[in-house]
Amino acid sequence: MSAAKNINITLKIWRQKDSKAKGQLETYKLDNVSTASSFLEMLDQLNEQLVSERKEPIAFDHDCREGICGMCSLYINGRAHGPDTGITTCQLHMRMFKDGDTIYVEPWRSRAFPVIKDLVVDRSAFDRIQQAGGFVSVNTSGRTMDANAIPIPKTDADKSFEAAACIGCGACVATCKNGSAMLFVGAKVSQYALLPQGKVEATQRVLNMVRQMDEEGFGNCTNTGACEIECPKGISLENIARMNREYLKASMK
Amino acid sequence: MAKSALLKSSIAKKYWMALTGLFLCLFLAGHLAGNLQLIFSDAKHFNDYALFMTTNPAVKILSYLTYVSILFHAIDGIMLTIQNKAARPVGYAKTDGSSSSLASRNMAVLGTIILVFIVTHMVNFWAKMHFDKNMPLVVKEMNNGMMAQKLAVGTKDSPNPMFNVDEKGSISDKILNDIKTQSQGQYDLYKKDVVTIVNKKDGEVIFIGQKDLHKITVAFFKDAKTGLLATILYVLAMGALAFHLWHGFQSAFQSLGINNKFTPAIKGFGKLFAIVVPILFAIIPIIIHFKK
Ligand code: HEM
Ligand code: SF4
Ligand code: FES
Repeated sequence: MSAAKNINITLKIWRQKDSKAKGQLETYKLDNVSTASSFLEMLDQLNEQLVSERKEPIAFDHDCREGICGMCSLYINGRAHGPDTGITTCQLHMRMFKDGDTIYVEPWRSRAFPVIKDLVVDRSAFDRIQQAGGFVSVNTSGRTMDANAIPIPKTDADKSFEAAACIGCGACVATCKNGSAMLFVGAKVSQYALLPQGKVEATQRVLNMVRQMDEEGFGNCTNTGACEIECPKGISLENIARMNREYLKASMK
Repeated sequence: MAKSALLKSSIAKKYWMALTGLFLCLFLAGHLAGNLQLIFSDAKHFNDYALFMTTNPAVKILSYLTYVSILFHAIDGIMLTIQNKAARPVGYAKTDGSSSSLASRNMAVLGTIILVFIVTHMVNFWAKMHFDKNMPLVVKEMNNGMMAQKLAVGTKDSPNPMFNVDEKGSISDKILNDIKTQSQGQYDLYKKDVVTIVNKKDGEVIFIGQKDLHKITVAFFKDAKTGLLATILYVLAMGALAFHLWHGFQSAFQSLGINNKFTPAIKGFGKLFAIVVPILFAIIPIIIHFKK
């Protein structure tokens, strides 16, 4: 790996005072950015510069900064979570950029994810979808059963686990030309549909979650496949197909 | 609740898109087989086929299914597209586009081009076949009797035929009407999908004529003024169809929840279908236009 060096970049960042303000792209110059720093560290550096200039720092979401919480959410140079694959924005490094680059940074764009301020969007629509059916009503605390008491085929367990890897970041919605949440909901439905514990509420779960998804104003999936490519957790389109099957089964009942 | 979900939800709309889309793929295959007779068969066979397609009851049912599918697919597709646009009221200043195919992002534009094509195509051929009073006719069957000879064919042996057919057997509608008047009511003329001339005295069918779709199709693409333009537009529309199918064929299976070990084969077949079918459609007007 080549040694870290410092680069100078130009940033075009979406600034929006609050959810009602119109908002616009602002241009910032930032010098001496180490290619060893992460993208969010670069934004921290920019914010320090803004504060020293007595300007309002840029608001952006982040929490764990290690790719597990799903809070970070930036649309960088036309791609959700930026120009690398299989990562969240907090895992993006400045070594992906060159000296003199202009970098666009925008919030997730979706009717269901309104901008709160600058680059921060309200993703509570995902919470409401989850609350509509993304759970099992089996008591899992207290008298816990032995993990192997219910045999589950290895392939099902693996697929369920893969689906459960979704961190709810919303990159799928952000990147989809239709602002569709099908990959997220597909993952959440699949995670339970594949396991015996999830079968009890399977019918109501898929109907309710899809109804909530539609009510939130997400678009309809046209199978472009962009979500699968931009998803930091590699959630597969198979999960959408599985949800479509589950939905058909549930609607027939 | 479950039942209404099958009509209104986003996923249900996709089932209908997929089912109508796949049905239309079947229709394309059938339609193509018919059209290919324009270049691989003769006028007689093509016209017989055209007559069969307008009269056979089973085909009738299929054709109504096709009309409904096109309407439903187009309306549903446009509604979905409007909703999808509304789902992102503020767009991005910069988009990359590398994560999805061009065809998959432009299904509505491609579909609209196809819809415009289908409408003009139906005006040019389907409506003429069904409603045009001046549709040229051609001999389908002729009674061997002398009268039929005399009636139908102007040869050296019968210098005064009651009407003439050209070397391909086409008869103008006007001539047919003349027969009715000139024969002073001796013959009756029935016209629906075929033209039948019956001797009033003994009820003998003397002549059956059918609509000459082959002639107007060839004339349409060979037209000195507009034939080349028509050919070019036809080929362009087939280009749009190819892109629509390139994404659409496999997409329909995913919409129906079919994503399994057969998916690579479905994708492969879809791409083959998306290339071969539009190309075969497109070579027909090209050959007609440039031949001789
Ligand atoms: C012979 C003609 C046509 C064929 C064979 C055809 C086939 C298909 C197929 C197989 C799909 C994929 C369905 C899915 O993803 O579930 C599709 C999608 C689509 N078609 Fe067509 N189509 C035709 C004509 C049209 C027309 C006339 C329109 C009019 C606007 C149209 C608009 C669309 C749209 C917007 C989609 C994407 C919808 C979505 O994925 O949500 N198509 N088509
Ligand atoms: S499916 Fe992937 S992109 Fe979508 S919310 Fe889950 S982790 Fe993020
Ligand atoms: S900050 Fe937690 S995933 Fe990026």
